[in-house]
Amino acid sequence: MSPVLFELLLRSIWETVLMTAASGLISLVFGLPLGLALIATERGGIAENLWVNRALGAVINGFRSVPFIILLVALIPVTRLIVGTSIGTWAAIVPLSIAATPYYARIAEVSLREVDRGLIEAARAMGGNRWTIIREVLVPEALPGIVAGFTVTLVTLIGASAMAGAIGAGGLGDLAIRYGYQRFETSVMVAVVIVLIILVCGIQWVGDRLVARLDRRG
Amino acid sequence: MIGAWLSGAGGPLLSGPLSHLCTAKAIPGKVCAVFRTELRKDKEIERFAVFMKTVKRSKTDSEMNQHVTAELADPVNIAPAGQDDVVRLVDLKRRFGATPALDGVSLTVRKGEILGIIGRSGAGKSTLIRCLNGLERPDSGDVFIEGREIGRLGERELQPLRRRIGMIFQHFNLLSAKTVEDNVALPLKIEGRPKAERLARAAELLDLVGLSEKAKAYPSSLSGGQKQRVGIARALAARPALLLSDEATSALDPETTRSILALLKDINRQLGLTILLITHEMEVIRSIADRVAVIDAGRIVEQGPVWSVFAEPHSEITRSLLGGIRPQLPAEIAGRLLPGAGAELILRVDVAGEAARGPLLSDLAVAVPGPFRLVHGGIDHVQQQSVGTLFLAVVGNDARHVADVIAFLKAREARVEVLGHVAGSV
Repeated sequence: MSPVLFELLLRSIWETVLMTAASGLISLVFGLPLGLALIATERGGIAENLWVNRALGAVINGFRSVPFIILLVALIPVTRLIVGTSIGTWAAIVPLSIAATPYYARIAEVSLREVDRGLIEAARAMGGNRWTIIREVLVPEALPGIVAGFTVTLVTLIGASAMAGAIGAGGLGDLAIRYGYQRFETSVMVAVVIVLIILVCGIQWVGDRLVARLDRRG
Repeated sequence: MIGAWLSGAGGPLLSGPLSHLCTAKAIPGKVCAVFRTELRKDKEIERFAVFMKTVKRSKTDSEMNQHVTAELADPVNIAPAGQDDVVRLVDLKRRFGATPALDGVSLTVRKGEILGIIGRSGAGKSTLIRCLNGLERPDSGDVFIEGREIGRLGERELQPLRRRIGMIFQHFNLLSAKTVEDNVALPLKIEGRPKAERLARAAELLDLVGLSEKAKAYPSSLSGGQKQRVGIARALAARPALLLSDEATSALDPETTRSILALLKDINRQLGLTILLITHEMEVIRSIADRVAVIDAGRIVEQGPVWSVFAEPHSEITRSLLGGIRPQLPAEIAGRLLPGAGAELILRVDVAGEAARGPLLSDLAVAVPGPFRLVHGGIDHVQQQSVGTLFLAVVGNDARHVADVIAFLKAREARVEVLGHVAGSV
């Protein structure tokens, strides 16, 4: 591999890491409250409101059913509004975040639903309000699942970011297609795949270690 | 406070500050009524006004007497509202769909006592206990906690009140992500107490339940009994006026159950804490309760001091719940009982109190000579009272002899039931 290509590889790694980390963080910040809202408003939840619950569910399902490559293009006006441009790495972070947030909300919802209802009842019996239940019971008890779900989301984002090349965002996927596939540079293709494997394994390993440390359920 | 002057058929009936009607009696010419506590709610005041009008309209004493009797027969008006009642439930009703979980429950829990509520699963126990801290809302009826009606309070108003009520659960419900001391301190954190105070109180409580060395451990490393001890410590953290126990020992083995019950009894004595517990095990009631209420199909079918309910259960459900811990006629004898004649007559003899402490059987042998055998049974001790059930076989077919035996036992205040004959010796 030529020094130029190597430099290109390094830049692509940085772009992928940036896109994954930024959109992952945004999906965590918005997805977790969304998951909490889904759990709280469902039947028998701590803030039961079936209309809100159905509306949230419909919006989430709507975003999740649009193929990412379509979302990438369809969101161009939104991206331009937020970032000021519709091309480049930062521009890709907007559709990536918008796709990952409902995805992560669903994953968080599943973990939160697994929290024993008896624990919520105990907190209510102690005189706790909704905020107490969220802060002291729901989130801490579901934390292992919330972290494990975040790991899954990050790995999914690495895959999705490969498509971001379509709007000139760069990244490892883009490099593999343009150099490895279209220019028959097998060494680039192999290098990209190896880097991706290392990246995914690394994220999974850190995530698993964190979950093991957090899980006190014995 | 309301003042009223009640006059009817026989002139002035009643005067002075009025409140809740407690007892009233029509005597020739006037109604004597005793009222206690204030009329607190509009509903009660209105109802009392209606009652007085009805009484005033009476033309004769007997008619007046009828009105008063009818008024008193209504549990809403006769439930005593003593200052010592921590909990008072009045005609509580709650349905889930078509099935009533609570069908008119009236009950009081007195300060410092342990009241046990027993019933089969599905009898309404869980709904009942959850009405006391507002986790469940009754469809109708009143829940008074320390004299305050809580049935219609909103969630926000209930929160500070719930801090006065501790609760322990069958499955402990400890937070797995928090250490033992943080679990115990949680009610104080909810109250907004400073951290140092929370930890000091947690340490004090863990000492009380004998788990000081586990303060930094996580619940998953504890045994069931230890988890329930933590649950108890947590329930006591905010110094509650009442402790609710929801089948707290049902998930524990017999030995651990005994130690948890002993701890609860200790806490009741040491701290004077009022405890209301629900269970399906008579053994739990027998070990620690002062009074017992039996619930079946959403109604309280029987209540009273534990020893008296044990000695003389009135309802079928109580007898059946007692079955496990009171002597029963062995099945192989019960299967051979004949209504007619046989070699031996089997009697069931229930004795309680003085009668159970005296030399009943030796006195019987002296007073009514003739062979009889003790087939099964024994004397039990409940709340320092002797409660016994004996199964006697009277040998022979002499009706006169049998009548003498029964007469003697009845004279000693025993309840005697003729179960039937058996052919050969058993």
